[in-house]
Amino acid sequence: MASEDIRLDHKIIYSIIEPGSRVLDLGCGEGDLLYPLVRDKQVRAQGIELNDKAIQECVKKGLSVFHDDIEKSLREYLDNSFDYVILNQSMQEVRKVDCVIQEALRIGKRVIVGFPNFAYIKSRIMLFFGGKAPITKSLPYLWFDTPNVRFLSITDFRDFCTEKNILIEEAHHLGEKEIVHFWPNLLALNAVFVLMKGKN
Amino acid sequence: MKNKSIGVVETQYYTYAEQVKEHKLESGDTLGPITLAYETYGTLNRDKSNAILALHALSGDAHAAGVHRDQDNTGWWDDMVGPGKAFDTNRYFVICSNVLGGCKGSTGPSSMNPATGQPYALDFPFITIADMVHAQRHLIDFLGIDRLLCVAGGSMGGMQVLQWVASYPERVKSAIPIATALKHSPQQIAFNEVVRQSIMADPAWREGNYYEYGQPEKGLSVARMIGHITFMSDQSMEEKFSRRLKSDKFSFGFDADFEVEGYLHYRGANFVKRFDANSYLYITKAIDYFDLSGGRMIPAGKAINTRFLVISFKSDWLYPSYQSQEIVRLLKRRHVDATYCELNSTYGHDAFLVEVEEQTTLIKHFLDKTFNGYMVVESYGL
Repeated sequence: MASEDIRLDHKIIYSIIEPGSRVLDLGCGEGDLLYPLVRDKQVRAQGIELNDKAIQECVKKGLSVFHDDIEKSLREYLDNSFDYVILNQSMQEVRKVDCVIQEALRIGKRVIVGFPNFAYIKSRIMLFFGGKAPITKSLPYLWFDTPNVRFLSITDFRDFCTEKNILIEEAHHLGEKEIVHFWPNLLALNAVFVLMKGKN
Repeated sequence: MKNKSIGVVETQYYTYAEQVKEHKLESGDTLGPITLAYETYGTLNRDKSNAILALHALSGDAHAAGVHRDQDNTGWWDDMVGPGKAFDTNRYFVICSNVLGGCKGSTGPSSMNPATGQPYALDFPFITIADMVHAQRHLIDFLGIDRLLCVAGGSMGGMQVLQWVASYPERVKSAIPIATALKHSPQQIAFNEVVRQSIMADPAWREGNYYEYGQPEKGLSVARMIGHITFMSDQSMEEKFSRRLKSDKFSFGFDADFEVEGYLHYRGANFVKRFDANSYLYITKAIDYFDLSGGRMIPAGKAINTRFLVISFKSDWLYPSYQSQEIVRLLKRRHVDATYCELNSTYGHDAFLVEVEEQTTLIKHFLDKTFNGYMVVESYGL
């Protein structure tokens, strides 16, 4: 696999996860993120996915997946069952975001969340000058057929973590092909956060 | 494109507990000698690591694949077991045996009781799914196999899969329970009870002592008709029969007017020719007794190394998906490496026998991973 074919968010998550970890990927799709982790880093991976065609693709890659809804699938797991619980590009499709993140923090030592930034500069321009719902590289859907039900900015998510006493261990801000270092809430298409339970 | 069949196969027989009543059953009764009819497909490799045990459902038998000499009836899982198929006999050694209590060559109520020289009939002791699995373990020992690569089966076959993991977890590398349950529900028990009552209500059943006179045909065929209704779905019946008539108008009598009636009669009449009524009674009871819920399959705090592939079918109302999801929930709590997929079939419970393509994809790759692990490839390019 040539490196330019690999999504930037996948590269970042790949580099975060320690070899041999236990990983749960919520909304794992066809397993493109988990596969290299299992193959190269001996990660013990479990995916959860609702689409049965995507599950078939995961099984072809040798991955273990449960056919289930993210919002209903976490309660059986014991506390700290996983080293990492991943919610990459699936959080914005979840209705009960708060519940899912709290459950993910309960069953995982760390939670990796990747989401599209609604306050990206091109979104702002489309909304402000065009007067239309923004369509960008990270939010590519028309308003009437988007799977997304939650729209948030990087600042929104930081506020959420503060309010819920969630510790942000790492924050990565992603442009189209490179890391964004300045004004991330304006210039980043996507964000990848590593979260931990806050101390009381 | 259909893969070719394994070809001509032969049933073999293995007998143990030669001393009368040597084998202790879950009920506390004893039985012996015990014979198991079995067939094998493919070749056992040198380190005996490629053996798969296929487990049949209520009315199945040891003949899972291929054909018998001079006969044309293919095995019950011929679509799945053979060269290049889901259970690829070019790579794996597949074993299938008729269950204890069956009537297709394994010891059951129609077998001769050595104490009397007559068929056991109702002197046959009650058996459980655990007893069936215990008997299979004797066969696997006899074949010299220490650890099975996989145990797989649907419906009652799936119960045996779960029982294998419960009884002999260290001897099962992977498990594929399909369209099955951790325990039989009241609705499932109720159907089985109607099935049994219809057999026993037939005067020709004669308290089980019908062997000199012939099968209780009416009762057994009604029993099977009930079964076939539960194996299909509303949608598959609509597609297969709709309200089509056998002739062009109503008979205004109680003959079979509708195609669906004709189908059930045909299935019932056929079944009488091939399956022993007492076996049906004993095996349905074994299924009803089955309950591995709670900590009975994998006790709390116990780690097992068996990988799981759990499959259910959306239109199966006899063994609904929620029952497979109960298995999955248990596997989650016990940290077992597992995959679960609910396939979008309209065939109802029968889907495990006929829904070949998607099951093949899942099973083939699951077995490949279990057998070979990951191929070592160059590092992810970063």
